[in-house]
Amino acid sequence: MTEKRKLPLSLFLAFLKMGPFTFGGGYALIPAIEREVVEKKRWLRGEEIADIFAVSGTVPGAVAVNSAAFIGYRIAGVPGAIAALLGICLPTFALMIVLSIFYVQLRDNPKIEAAFTAIRATVAALIAFAAIKVARSSIADFASGALAAAAALLLFTGLHPLWIVALGAAAGIALVQLRALAGKSTEIKEKEPVFDYMI
Amino acid sequence: MLMSLFAMFFLVGLVSFGGGYAMIPLIQEEVLNRRGWMEPGQLADIVAVAGMSPGPIATNIAVAVGYREAGWLGAASAAAAVVLPSFVLILAAGKLFFRYRDNRWLTASFYGLRAVVVGMIVYAAVSFAQHAGMVTVAPDWRTGCQLAIFAGSLFALVYLHKHPFVVIILSGLVGIALYG
Repeated sequence: MTEKRKLPLSLFLAFLKMGPFTFGGGYALIPAIEREVVEKKRWLRGEEIADIFAVSGTVPGAVAVNSAAFIGYRIAGVPGAIAALLGICLPTFALMIVLSIFYVQLRDNPKIEAAFTAIRATVAALIAFAAIKVARSSIADFASGALAAAAALLLFTGLHPLWIVALGAAAGIALVQLRALAGKSTEIKEKEPVFDYMI
Repeated sequence: MLMSLFAMFFLVGLVSFGGGYAMIPLIQEEVLNRRGWMEPGQLADIVAVAGMSPGPIATNIAVAVGYREAGWLGAASAAAAVVLPSFVLILAAGKLFFRYRDNRWLTASFYGLRAVVVGMIVYAAVSFAQHAGMVTVAPDWRTGCQLAIFAGSLFALVYLHKHPFVVIILSGLVGIALYG
């Protein structure tokens, strides 16, 4: 009984330790989770955790956060899921608050203002970089490229982004069905998923 | 305010396919156009701060926007809201996902979703480039500097594989030297 009670706490601590690894992004976090959960604590087997990462990439939200919740749930039910989630989120939450406080205090300083003027151009580059990376794994053929272009154009016309998401899912189904009617099968390539800091 | 923050970031969490940057158009629409909480430049700064910090971009943006609008409680409720949808989905449907992962309809819709996500990120990049003063009818030396910083940053990220944190800090130093 006491063993069962302790499990959420040790899940919390295990994921708390991993929080700083998200600095290197999912790339760094996934091996860290594997090492901790599979090798050190022996909570789950290797295949189980591979499945968990696959599902966590499919559900909306960040892969790191999703897999923490899922692993916690598999090991200790709902309390485990909550404990693991808090553990993974707490360090980055705290750091983000500290950064926000700094930003609010310093933003009127002329030097900081000058720095942020340049950083705004870098943020555009950061987002462009994200687009390149996601495109590499998601744009498999002409149709998906056209769909991406259409989505960007529709956003410029002022369509709400939620519509884009809904239309994207519908267009995917429509494309696959149309090709099936034409007697062609759609090969949906399972390229390497983007496990990255951005997700 | 707290309810409004919660509702908005719950929505963001619910449709957050393909990473945090894909959610920027939605955050822009809600924070800038519908709610008018801040100026485009301020949102760009928040995204910069979010990119510097470890952790998922969408969660970091939620914390920063929440903190700015309603302090600690705002940050906590925005962060909880952005995480909640996937948390509930994982708990409720974690097992079902294994069964339906190879479902034809699901894979087909993801084929479309992943494509439009690219378009959404491209849109976010272009509109941030506009707010950064890179797209203008009357280019001056500042426009040129911003374009050069953009190109340099992208080069450092794509070809030199530099971490975003490093690139952001370097860019800030360049900014102080140029505009300070």
